[in-house]
Formats: sequence, C-alpha cells, structure tokens
Amino acid sequence: MSELTNLTIVGARDLLAKGEISSKELTEAHIVAVEAARPLNAFITETPEKALEMARASDTRRAAGEAGILEGLPIGMKDLFCTEGVLTTAASHILDGFHPTYESTVSRNMWDAGAVLLGKTNLDEFAMGSSNMTSFYGGVENPWRRSGDNRPLVPGGSSGGSATAVAARCALGATGTDTGGSIRQPAAFCGIVGMKPTYGRCSRWGIVAFASSLDQAGPMARSVQDTAILLRAMAGYDAKDSTSVNVAVPDYEAAMTGDVKGMKIGIPKEYRVDGMAGEIDQLWQQGIKWLEEAGAEAVEISLPHTRYALPTYYIISPAEASSNLARYDGVRYGLREEGATLDQMYEATRGKGFGAEVQRRVLIGTYVLSAGYYDAYYNKARKVRSLIAGDFAKAYEKVDAILTPTAPSPAFGMGDKMDDPIAMYLNDVFTVPASLAGLPGISIPAGLSAEGLPLGLQLLGKAFDEETVFKVAGVLEAAAAFEAKPAFLAA
Amino acid sequence: MSLIKGKTGEWEMVIGLEVHAQVISKSKLFSGASTEFGAVPNSQVSLVDAAMPGMLPVLNKYVVEQAVRTGLGLKAQINLTSVFERKNYFYADLPQGYQISQYLQPIVGEGTIILDLEDGETREVGIERLHLEQDAGKSIHDQHPTQSYIDLNRSGVALMEIVSKPDMRSAEEAGAYLRKLRTILRYLGTCDGNMDEGSMRADVNLSMRRPGEPMGTRTETKNVNSIRFVQQAIEQEARRQVQVLEDGGKIVQETRLYDGMKGTSRSMRSKEEAHDYRYFPDPDLLPLELDAAWVEDIKTKLPELPDEKKARFVKDFGLSIYDAGVLVADRDTAAFFETVAEGRDPKLAANWVIGDYFGALNKSGADLQTAPVDAGKLGGLLDLITDGTISGRIAKEVFEEMWERGEEAAAIVEAKGLKQISDSSEIEGLVDEIIAGNPGQVEQFKGGNEKILGWFVGQVMKATQGKANPGLVNQVLRKKLG
Repeated sequence: MSELTNLTIVGARDLLAKGEISSKELTEAHIVAVEAARPLNAFITETPEKALEMARASDTRRAAGEAGILEGLPIGMKDLFCTEGVLTTAASHILDGFHPTYESTVSRNMWDAGAVLLGKTNLDEFAMGSSNMTSFYGGVENPWRRSGDNRPLVPGGSSGGSATAVAARCALGATGTDTGGSIRQPAAFCGIVGMKPTYGRCSRWGIVAFASSLDQAGPMARSVQDTAILLRAMAGYDAKDSTSVNVAVPDYEAAMTGDVKGMKIGIPKEYRVDGMAGEIDQLWQQGIKWLEEAGAEAVEISLPHTRYALPTYYIISPAEASSNLARYDGVRYGLREEGATLDQMYEATRGKGFGAEVQRRVLIGTYVLSAGYYDAYYNKARKVRSLIAGDFAKAYEKVDAILTPTAPSPAFGMGDKMDDPIAMYLNDVFTVPASLAGLPGISIPAGLSAEGLPLGLQLLGKAFDEETVFKVAGVLEAAAAFEAKPAFLAA
Repeated sequence: MSLIKGKTGEWEMVIGLEVHAQVISKSKLFSGASTEFGAVPNSQVSLVDAAMPGMLPVLNKYVVEQAVRTGLGLKAQINLTSVFERKNYFYADLPQGYQISQYLQPIVGEGTIILDLEDGETREVGIERLHLEQDAGKSIHDQHPTQSYIDLNRSGVALMEIVSKPDMRSAEEAGAYLRKLRTILRYLGTCDGNMDEGSMRADVNLSMRRPGEPMGTRTETKNVNSIRFVQQAIEQEARRQVQVLEDGGKIVQETRLYDGMKGTSRSMRSKEEAHDYRYFPDPDLLPLELDAAWVEDIKTKLPELPDEKKARFVKDFGLSIYDAGVLVADRDTAAFFETVAEGRDPKLAANWVIGDYFGALNKSGADLQTAPVDAGKLGGLLDLITDGTISGRIAKEVFEEMWERGEEAAAIVEAKGLKQISDSSEIEGLVDEIIAGNPGQVEQFKGGNEKILGWFVGQVMKATQGKANPGLVNQVLRKKLG
C-alpha cells in the first residue's frame, strides 16, 4: 500500500486540486496496486494503458482549468457496465469476446466528470449471487481474514470485485449495482461504504440487465463522503431509460452537515430475525446509541411484511431475469455452440454459456411466469411487493431514516453455502426489502466481529432523499470511527 | 348471412379477424431506427432492435398518437392507462427473446366498423380491442443450404393488432370488413394498408355451427396476405370443417398456415403445442398514461371518416347511397370528387367521376396522380355542359380527346368546332327543310305518334353532326309540327 493508494477520494481530490500530485502519478500507483492484488481476482479485465491515457488527458484538462468532479480519480468499473471497446462479460461465459460499441450512461457520466478506468471488476455471473462465487472468471477473495485463520473468505456479492478492489486499496472507488443487496452486502463484508440510490436515480442504460425493476447502480468507496462524491457524478436523468426519474441531482457532500439533532430514526422490530448473530444485534444497538448521542431519536417501527420480502424477491428477480437473459441465444454476439437445428444451437449455447446459478434462476423465473403458476407466484409476489412498499411509506410518515444491520453474518468462507442456495439467499434478508420498495440505502462499516471481520450497518431513506441518508451515515461513520484494515493491502 | 349446405343440413360460419397493421411512423415503436420499406438488409437496426446487452426501449410518442387516432376512427374506447408486456418465445429473428406487446390492458378497447355490403346494405362488426406491439425481424431460409439469414430491419417496427369480434358470417363480409378497415386506416393516415408489402396482414378465426346453435371449436389461419386469399382461405376452411363435422369428427383447436399459391392450408400447431408466452408487464417501461385532453385534441383533429363523408354526400349533394359509397371508398377519390363538384351540379359531377372518369382510369391503368385529366379540367368540361356550350353526348367525345391530349375542354371544343348550335334561327331553318322533305312522318306525328318526334330530333342532329342544342331542337320541332 502506497500513500497514494491509501488516500480517500476526498484526500486525492484535494491533493490533485493543489497540484501536489498528478492523475498520472495517482493512476500509476493504482496500476501497480491492481497488479499486486491479482491473487484476489478482483478484476476480470485490467486496462492499465487506457488508464494512463485517461490520466494524461485528465492532467491536461486540469491544466486547462477544466476539472470535473471526479477529475483524475482512478476507479474500478463493475463488469456489468458496458464500456465502449473494452471487453464486457457480466462474468459470464456467454458474453465471450463481447466488446460493446457503446458506453453505459453511468460510466459515460463518470468519464465526463474526469474519472480514470483501472479495469472491469469481477462479480457474480449476471450479478446473481451473494458471494461472487458464481463468476465464470472464478471467485474473488476478500482481503480480510479471520484473526489467526488464513482461509480465504468471500467478499460478498454480486459486486464482490469492486468491494475487494476498494478494500484492498486497488482503487479509490468503484461502481456497483444493487438488485437485492449487491452493493450493500459486499460493502459490509469488505469493511467499506456502499450506497444503493433510489430506483430511477441512475440510468440503467448500458448496464447488463439482471432484474430490471430492481437493478440500480451505485458507488462503493472507503468513506461516506467519497460515495457522495461518486454518486453525484453517476446520477442523473436519462431519456434513454424510461424508468429513470427526472429530478435534480443535489450536491450530496453538502448535505453531510453532521447535524442529526431531532431526526427520527426508525428501528424496525421485524429485522430482529431468528438466527442472527448476537454480535450483529449488539452492533445494531450500538448504532442506535451513537445516533441518540448525536441528538437523533430512535423510534421503534413495524414493517409487517418484511418476512415475505425474501421469497417475493426470489420470485420477481428470477422472473425478470428469465426474460432479460433470453437475448443471449448465440445468434448475434457472445458465445455460440453450433447445433444441427436452431433449438439445438440454443440449447448447446445456453447450456454451456450459463453457469449453474444463472440456469437455476432462469428455470425458477420461467416456472413462476408459466401458465397455471403465474397467479400463485408472480402475481402474488407483485402484490406482496406493493404491501412491502406500503410498509415503508407508512413508516416514513413517522421517521426520517431507518437503521438496520446490513447482513445477518460477516463474510463466510469461499465455497461455503454453495450447496445450499436458500442459506445463500438469506444473506440478502436485510437488503432486499428496500430494493423491492426502490428506496435508497447505504452500508457503512461500523465494527468488527469477534473473529475480526468487518460488520456493516445499513441506513435506509425515503425515495430520492439520499441526502438524509448521507447525512445520517456521516454521523454514524464518525461515531464508529472504523479504522481497521484488511489483512491484504495491495502494493 | 350465407349458409353452407352440407350433406346433413345447413351450416353457418362464425368469423373473427385479427389484423396486424403496420403503423405509419418514421421510426420504430421503441427505437429511433427508420421504418422505411425495402432498405438493404440490416441497415435500419438500432442497438435496441438488435437487443444488445443493457439496451432499453423508449416508447415512440407519435406511434401512440397514431394508435389513439386509429382507436378514435374505429369509434372505440381509448384506455387512458395501458400496459406493455413481454411475450416470451425464442426465435432467431426475435432478438430480445420476447416481443413487447400489450396483453391485459390494451390502449384501445371496444369499437365498431360499419361494413358496406354489395347490395348497398350495411352491417356492424364489433372491434374487440386494438393493441400496440413490436414486429419481429425476417428469416430468410433460401439463401444457404443449412443456414438461415436474418434481416432485422423490420425488428421493432410498430404494429397495431386490431381484433374483431366474431361477428362475420361469410367470406364476403370478411372481405368487406378488411376493405372498410383499410379505408379507415388510410383516411386516418395510420397504416398504408399495402397487403402485398406486408404492412397489413390478417389471421382468420373460423368455426362452424348449425344456425342458432352455440359456437363451435375454432381454428386460426395465420398470415393471409391479400383480401382475395382471406376469402379463399375462409371458403376452403369452412368446407374442410363441414366435412370433418359431417363425417362425425371433431374440429381440433389449432393454428393453420394458408398457402395462397396452392389455395390450401395445413396444420401448424395444435392447442397442446401452443407456446406458453409467459406474459408479464415489461419492467423497462412504465404503464402508459394518456392525458384525456391530449386524446380529445387528437379527436377534434380527426379527418372526416368515410361513413360521415358518405352521409354528407347523400344529404348535402343528394347522391344515391351507392354512388356516395363508391366515392368515399378512397380518401383521394372523395377529395377529387369534391373538387369537381365544387360550385357545380354534384349529381352531374358524381355521374362523370364514377362513370367516364373511373372508366378511363381503369382502361389506362393511371391513377389520380398520373391521370392526364385532373379535377380542374374535368370541372371545365362539366361547365361547358351546364352552360349549354356542348351537349352531354358531345361532352363524351370531348372527354376522350382531353384524356388523349391532356388539354382543356374549352380548347378542344374550340379547335374542333364542337360548340353546340343554340341559334334558334339556324335550327328553325333546318327544321323547316326536314318537315318539308318528310310529309309522311309529319302525318304520323299529327296522327298522334309522339315517338316520331325522336326521329325528327335525330334528323336535326345528323344534319348538325350532333352539335344542335337538343332542348332547343325539341322546342322548335314542337312549335313547327304544331
């Protein structure tokens, strides 16, 4: 770890602004770090030459007085974002050799703001997973280790490569996408901050789709303020995404006033689930205390349909995925396995191109949408989804934000839970409800487990009120003063 | 209603039609790619049409306007909320692996079409619904021994699926329905109705029953691409079903494919083999909400439709229902007629447009745009008839000349000296001569044979090469023959 790679975005931004470092220097240090961290498998594609080229261009812009809000900052891009001319895989065999001719809106926004691409980060195949183990390009190792135990742990998922890259100091920040917790859970597992904004805040155009009604891009970084800076650049209305919402993007950094006096923080009683580790509950209580000490008021609330959220999510997301993934058929791009007939070509291509978890979800999704089962599963799930959204709407009549744990456990071992999809899906129990309701949420590192692994607390906000989420998260972050570092730090 | 006589008695057809009409719009339903017909394969394909990863549909507002306009033209319910759903199935020319369509909540609900039948009778056929959907691409199977070629130019083009109620009872009615629907779409400018280019295609739902009995099991015959083929397919399928039923068999609910060349159909798939399309609301698109005021605005700007135009022609111009029907069948023809009739006798105009003018169009193969005689010139001819410059008989001659040479009627009349003789002294002189030379005929007239007057008229016309004013000739003859 060099001094440059240990900077926060805020710190790097200030040094760049003062002219004490150049983007080229900053980027070179990160390129070295990316190489050094190869054993973690955080990147599917490294783009060092492109990074240097972008860094040089950034330094030129800065010299000309045209610095954007991410000017010169090297970041990782989850390999679910289509990047023009750069291999884009969604961590799937089926997208073999796919080089988009277009740039996703979110990545385009970031380049326009001056950011530098270090490479495309690893993820669960098509963002389906909570461990990053389903990637065709292999699992990602969490840079953290349990105390006195060198067995590799998962970084969580699906944005596991981004979380690892940021935690291991390979990148100042990274993009993630969150469908049911894919930003927040890996952020918690890797001891960093991950923010899922309101559905519709960031354009989905150019992001390989998993579950369209849930997918949302968001930032991952090592401080709340860093994620606030990244989100401001990523967000914005996009006419090319019909579900993107035309509301102004505020200056999230400015919202972090540190003042939460008199704010009401909801504590949902239904989140005290069976089997939750005692240390998670203790951290949650600690979080409540920190906010109370800062002048906020904790209010017990009820989100009565919480226990239906996970099954609802695991009907809606595979249903949409089964349809979204139909386009990977071997006809136009990516992998094609020949067959004697069109159907045989489809079967061979999709059989070989999709991994086991993707196939499982396509099968589940096809099943819940099929005639005779549609009403019992898909339609019922849609109804429950609106009840869950209604729970939140009711709660937000009384409170400004909601505090919960991010995940029911710390990071687990690579290979664990692979034979038990239900146990794997339970990772998302605290993150999925807000996803179904389309609400913003952030995970911040708030403490360590008894085994020395990071644990996250989650703050949820009202739709398009990311400002309150950042404000409360900033206060929580300051109180938690999380300084622990992972076992593996790059270069 | 026409019944089919079988061995065991009479059968009645029950017919419903599903028409796919390509919407007239510059760009596709959910992308900016061009919709122009006949372009080089795969030259009009956007990233969305090719279903590249991460691409999203954006609804074309103009297409929505066209669908609303069509719904209003069909006197149908406009649904202010409608929902796009995905119809999932795999095919090589369906890049997304689903077609974006409307299913449970279409943009247009129930409406009505009035059929104009051969005998001048009219009959109402209900419209069940109209919904918007994407067209698929085109598979080309005859270019390579083992592989197919795919052209995605058509992929994503907007279609309106217009579904009738099962209200038709004969092939003729089905034909009348398609003609009337096409006329309405063309009036509205929402579909060009060119069946040979595939911009209007029909699926036929048909079942047979004993008159008065409940409906039988239906078959669906797909993609019949001309009105003639639709009628043939109906006749053929009706006979096939009657035969099956009279032989004690049962009609299998199935989809059939019609071969217009052979005039036969074959089973494509049975109900059991039918796809499970797994419809669900497209999460990339929000429900389509229309503003009532916007719909109202489209309504006030609708062109006059054929039924209203026909009623007006009958009421204001005193035309027969039949003539009015012929004139309004095509928007351009109706406009042509109105130009000719403007400030003139509308019945005279109608007779000339329907008679000589249509006859000349048919004979020459020209259309209104290319015809050598335009509405102004035809009007000029009618003016010469009305003001007595030429007779109706001479006018036919002049019209032929006009068609031949593209000149104004007045110029031809002048050049050929066809001007009617309306000088009574000239005609009186001629009449005197004829009376003097034909005492026998004069005797007959005086004996009460009124018909002989026509013979005298003929003599005067002969002497003047038809140029004598017939009214004046009659008048003079009656006076002189006393």
